[in-house]
Amino acid sequence: MNEITQKIEKIISEHDVCLFMKGTPEVPQCGFSLAVSNMLKHLDVNFKGINVLDDNEVREGIKSFSEWPTIPQLYVKGEFIGGCDIVKEMFEKGELQNKLKEKEISYKTN
Amino acid sequence: MAIKLEEIKSLIKESIIDAEISIQDLAGDDNHFAATIKSKEFKGISKIEQHKLVYKALKGRMGNELHALQLNTIEK
Repeated sequence: MNEITQKIEKIISEHDVCLFMKGTPEVPQCGFSLAVSNMLKHLDVNFKGINVLDDNEVREGIKSFSEWPTIPQLYVKGEFIGGCDIVKEMFEKGELQNKLKEKEISYKTN
Repeated sequence: MAIKLEEIKSLIKESIIDAEISIQDLAGDDNHFAATIKSKEFKGISKIEQHKLVYKALKGRMGNELHALQLNTIEK
């Protein structure tokens, strides 16, 4: 396993909910990262935003790690959940909420 | 760095032979697209695997020449 994969695995194992994104949850730099960040905020989920623009190794490494070519990428307890389209669809269908429940992550039910 | 709508369509068709594709250039800049793709190949696999099939068909262009492709994959 190379260094960057280890670094990514460490980040994912240290935080129950990780969002690899462009920008930060406070100041997203891309509409897709903004959208996923907003869904998590709406659900009041405590998540760690990792700004891939700060670290080019992570930016490229995360793509091969998940075999997924785009950012954002959401991970819950080590499981890759998806990018913006999938997370959005899951959110709208209530599947994201079910996934959080299944993984024992606290979130706000409206 | 841009890619034409027809090129995306033909790349997908090459790998996912039975794909029914409807695709839109969202911003008119050859860079932001939205596609709905129907195929029998999506049967019985997760959304992540479905999208990966499409990304694979695009042969590395996704995330490079192609910045944004909203995907909606449907089983046929």
